[in-house]
Amino acid sequence: MTPSARTPRATDRAGAGRRQTKTRARGGAVTAASHTLLGLWISIVIIPFLWTVMCSFKTTREILTAPLALPERWSLDNYVNAWTEAGVGRYFFNTAIVVGCALVLVMVLGGMCAYVLARFRFRGRMVIYYSMIAAMAFPAFLAIVPLFLLLQDLRLLNTKPGLVAVYVAFALPFTVFFLHSFFASLPNDVSEAAQIDGAGDWRTYFQVMLPMAAPGMASVAILNFIGLWNQYMLAVVLNSKKENYVLTQGMQVFAQKAGYSVDFGGLFAAVVMTVVPVLIVYMVFQRRLQGSVSQGTFR
Amino acid sequence: MNCPGSSAAVVSHRARGGGRRPRRRPRPGRIAFMAVFLVLPLSVFAVFEVWPYLQAFRLALTDWGGFSADPNFVGLENFRKLFSDGLFLKALRNSCLLALVIPTVCLSIAFAIACLVTTAGPAVGRTRGVRGAGIYRVVSFFPYVVPAIIIGLIWGLAYSPQMGLVNGLLRALGLDSFENFPWLGSESTAMPAAMVVIVWGTTGFYVVLFVAAIKGVPAEIYDSARVDGAGRLRTAVAITLPMILENVRTGYIYLGLAALDSFVFMEALFPQARSPNYATLTITQDLFQTAFEKFRFGYATAMGIVLALVTLVYAVIIFSVFRLVRGREDWKEGTS
Repeated sequence: MTPSARTPRATDRAGAGRRQTKTRARGGAVTAASHTLLGLWISIVIIPFLWTVMCSFKTTREILTAPLALPERWSLDNYVNAWTEAGVGRYFFNTAIVVGCALVLVMVLGGMCAYVLARFRFRGRMVIYYSMIAAMAFPAFLAIVPLFLLLQDLRLLNTKPGLVAVYVAFALPFTVFFLHSFFASLPNDVSEAAQIDGAGDWRTYFQVMLPMAAPGMASVAILNFIGLWNQYMLAVVLNSKKENYVLTQGMQVFAQKAGYSVDFGGLFAAVVMTVVPVLIVYMVFQRRLQGSVSQGTFR
Repeated sequence: MNCPGSSAAVVSHRARGGGRRPRRRPRPGRIAFMAVFLVLPLSVFAVFEVWPYLQAFRLALTDWGGFSADPNFVGLENFRKLFSDGLFLKALRNSCLLALVIPTVCLSIAFAIACLVTTAGPAVGRTRGVRGAGIYRVVSFFPYVVPAIIIGLIWGLAYSPQMGLVNGLLRALGLDSFENFPWLGSESTAMPAAMVVIVWGTTGFYVVLFVAAIKGVPAEIYDSARVDGAGRLRTAVAITLPMILENVRTGYIYLGLAALDSFVFMEALFPQARSPNYATLTITQDLFQTAFEKFRFGYATAMGIVLALVTLVYAVIIFSVFRLVRGREDWKEGTS
């Protein structure tokens, strides 16, 4: 049945053959059970999303009377309402600006910091490294009140630059931690060759080491992007001006408003509008992303 | 961890043909380079992260309400009050419950799925996963990329008594007693219902993590286990679990920290911390309300300190438990 059956050890055993046949019969049952379990899990994951999409085309009255029925008419009214009333477009724009700036800054700064920590020896190096790790483990909630007061003092409260600065600071430890191991693992001969050829530290970094670290940069950039795009708590605390709302904040506010005004159709449509772009990006990048997850936690 | 960077220092030293000792005064150009590369990132880190954390320890010892001119130093008064504050104690209990349940449930499901898609395939030929493993993995990871607040909103709608998906399905199955059952609105079901949402939203990440870990295990180990007649369950428990134990520990740490937070999911399901008799109130929600609705900044920050301590205790417990388990493994290997 398997190559294993022919190994000496298996033939030593009495009744090994009979056991093998029994195994095969049981194997089919186990495979069926495996598929059932996985299928169940997949349905649990998918059905809420499908239901949301379905409801986004129904009128609020339909939603309230028959939660599982298909919409009588596939209308886009909810989407039009949600787009104009919830201001999803504006929130998208704000999020793109804040997350885009924060992402670029944190990658530039994190790369620099990780490179120096990983490739140079100087006093206090490990202190910096461990304080970054400690900052990752500390609950962000411990810092929010002082952070709120700090931004107030700096007149950065409720502004986009303030939010960007805090996003950068809170994404930096993870970025450095991840890239540190990446830079440390790069071979020495290339940077050595560059230095012999007369490249200074700056050129060695920007023209040799940084391009070599590109796969690591890409992985950490993707994880940072998801983390920052999904960030809710920092935005709620530090950014209470309506025209600066990011998407996650805007959605929560719209959800509560929709609850009062009983516009559930609009709420479903707004949810779909926020999930669909994520879904598309995910479809495109899912292989890369799953690679990032495993890389990010193994090193 | 070994010392990365040491080799780089040796290399640059050798390139310049210096003396015997590797430690020497760096060139001024290098000092400028390192200064720029360190000062820029570290100043952002220091101002917007380290400084607030340090401030928290000072603020927690004051009674500052945000509006009064000067905070009064009250010593440990806030902490004494916290431990006679019934609401906070309830929040503390709830957060600890989340930290206990969420990682265990989440990692068990993730481990089962990861085993099924990697090693539970046909018992013939090479050890591999069931057919269509890729699809299962891709789909189960998807909730991780959806913002937690959106996941909370979707489930908040799905749980709603009248129009919800959950009651709709239960009624379709003929369970009419669930007509209009308020899952999030009754004290006994609010917490389990919230836990389902958190598990639903986070498990996929750990599936991918475990799948990658299992793929790192040498295939010969699985083949020889099969030769010895180990079934799929036995393989999962006796081979896979010990081989990826370190990843399980990482998972426990990440998930425990996330469960002690849980703010976003809870805010989406129970806006403004309104849950039946505070059944799902977490420390983080209590802290947020205390700080930004009641403006008791000192008291709220003291809650943050307690949360940090709970996090620390949790991490210590996890590390010790895993050291114990690992220790027993070593002992078994040594004697057999």
